[in-house]
Amino acid sequence: MSVTDRALLSTALLAALPGIAPAQELNALVWCDHTDPALVEPFEEAHGVTVNLREYEGTGAALAMLEQSQPGDWDVLVIDSIDVPRVVDAGLMAELPADQLPLGDLFPEVVMADSTTRDGRIYAVTEKFGYNTVSFNSDAVDPADMQDMSKILSDKYAGRVAIYDYYLPVMGLAAVNLGLNTADLTEADLPALRDELLRMKSLASSVGEVTASQTALATGEADIVIGGGEWLTAGLAGEQPELTWTIPDKGAVRWAQSIGVLADSQNKDLATEFVKYILSPEGQARLATSSCYWGMPANRKAGDILTGEQKATLRWDEQDDYLARAQLYPAPDADLDARMQDVWLEMLQQ
Amino acid sequence: MSDTGRGWGFVAPALLWTVGLFVVPFAVMAAMSLARLEGRDLVWGVDWGNYAQLAKPQIARAVLVSLEITLTVTAVSVLLAYPLAAIIAFRVPPRWQRLALLLAVLPFWTSYVVRSYSWLLVLSKQGVVNQALLGLGLVAEPLTLANTRFATVTGFVHFFTMLLTLTIYANLMQLPRNYARAAQDLGANGWQTFRHVILPLTLPGVVTGAFLTFVLCIGDYVTPQILGGNNELSLPQVIMVQLGRRADFPLASALSIVLMGLVMLAYLLCARWLRLDRV
Repeated sequence: MSVTDRALLSTALLAALPGIAPAQELNALVWCDHTDPALVEPFEEAHGVTVNLREYEGTGAALAMLEQSQPGDWDVLVIDSIDVPRVVDAGLMAELPADQLPLGDLFPEVVMADSTTRDGRIYAVTEKFGYNTVSFNSDAVDPADMQDMSKILSDKYAGRVAIYDYYLPVMGLAAVNLGLNTADLTEADLPALRDELLRMKSLASSVGEVTASQTALATGEADIVIGGGEWLTAGLAGEQPELTWTIPDKGAVRWAQSIGVLADSQNKDLATEFVKYILSPEGQARLATSSCYWGMPANRKAGDILTGEQKATLRWDEQDDYLARAQLYPAPDADLDARMQDVWLEMLQQ
Repeated sequence: MSDTGRGWGFVAPALLWTVGLFVVPFAVMAAMSLARLEGRDLVWGVDWGNYAQLAKPQIARAVLVSLEITLTVTAVSVLLAYPLAAIIAFRVPPRWQRLALLLAVLPFWTSYVVRSYSWLLVLSKQGVVNQALLGLGLVAEPLTLANTRFATVTGFVHFFTMLLTLTIYANLMQLPRNYARAAQDLGANGWQTFRHVILPLTLPGVVTGAFLTFVLCIGDYVTPQILGGNNELSLPQVIMVQLGRRADFPLASALSIVLMGLVMLAYLLCARWLRLDRV
């Protein structure tokens, strides 16, 4: 027997042995909260698979990654809920088995069936939500002032304000403060929104993404973060309980993220199992308290798993009131989106 | 095999590398810069509209901000790095020079992002600088240092001073010591020796290092993003904004071409000044 023959035989024997075949892999494009090992490892252990996670920021970046990949490279997509129609209409998402998902257990306000379904078929499910509102240091500001945006945007807090660096929620918050409906924004509303943004910027010390906003609040560089919420301060509550958040009297905006299986996935069954795990009460509790950022689980039954302390931090008992007072943040069409981004850039350059 | 064939064989790997990793991506980016977004759909064609957006005040200002920051950083870094390199080369005993260089490049051992966030903490109102100033009674209120252009320039200068120190030190060490001795024998004092002998002979190294600083600084996104607090946007930051949500690759590509144009302009100025065509 030649060396080559022996090598081929060895390879064949090794492949035939149980337990040493390569583990099945699942590739998921996700937000950073899914990269917490405490969330993913239980699924990997239960199914004997490896979940490869790729974190991204911004729907545009995710779409670019999908476009540059081979069909089937990615199995699962986590995406901003307002952008679900964008990917569904592009034919990127696979239909999900509605009868296997806990759709009846979701908070009704976050189901967003108009976005996640087409012709009665469901393509994505809301998995987590929260609010873009006002985070603050309760030791440094008057908490009563935080109920009124006009008091926050006054000389009293000049230089003590930071702004979350994402134009849709912050412009949504500005719209709410102006008494506008975030779902009905048009180009005609932009001048008023621009003025409101410029007023915010004139009082702000910085405009930063998640880590920068957290750092600003935690180090005292800012006492208030406009656009913040539970996702910004809940993870810090253990060490700095004075960092907290509220929804002003005029309301705030709600964010939501959804999960689905990609149409080109070669592992649809396993991908569906992953979606089911994330939407299960256990998966939802772990996702809600992920080390990257906290947020409300879409599945109400996660409340049976979360501790009392965790629920208090998430303001579990106040959700009915909060959901009633929060509008979904704007989901502009492409043209309005471009104009809104221009206004945002103008604000940043002031 | 002929000499020509062998010659092609030798250059082929470098040529393939350059074509595959520079020429082709650049051509794609150039073509993309002439495409446009219709709604959310990419439409290929020849449309100069993306370049016309340079006239928008928020984008024109980004170009200006990038140039101002880059030129400031380059100038400050050279002014700090030259004396440091000269001290290491001429004042530190040879047996300690390696240790001195090691200490000079120590900041390179830290992650770029971590180093930027560290500066944010150092410059914050509760940070070391403000606490020291308050403790010494030099200021009554903490100064606003973080989230400013000053912070961005500080973060950059910390990094580029080290880089320039290495390039200038290498240049100084190649300079025969006899030149300085000859100048002194002819009656030049220390300043005259530096001004008329050492500086002109080391200037090519300084300009090369300054060009490297310019290129790396003007294209950097991380430092202004973390330390600048988004209180003004540089060109790379504006490019990233186009990609994040809207995936406006045509506009991002056009702005990237403009960025490359600025680098090319800097190169031509340096090359002309150094007369590289004669080398």
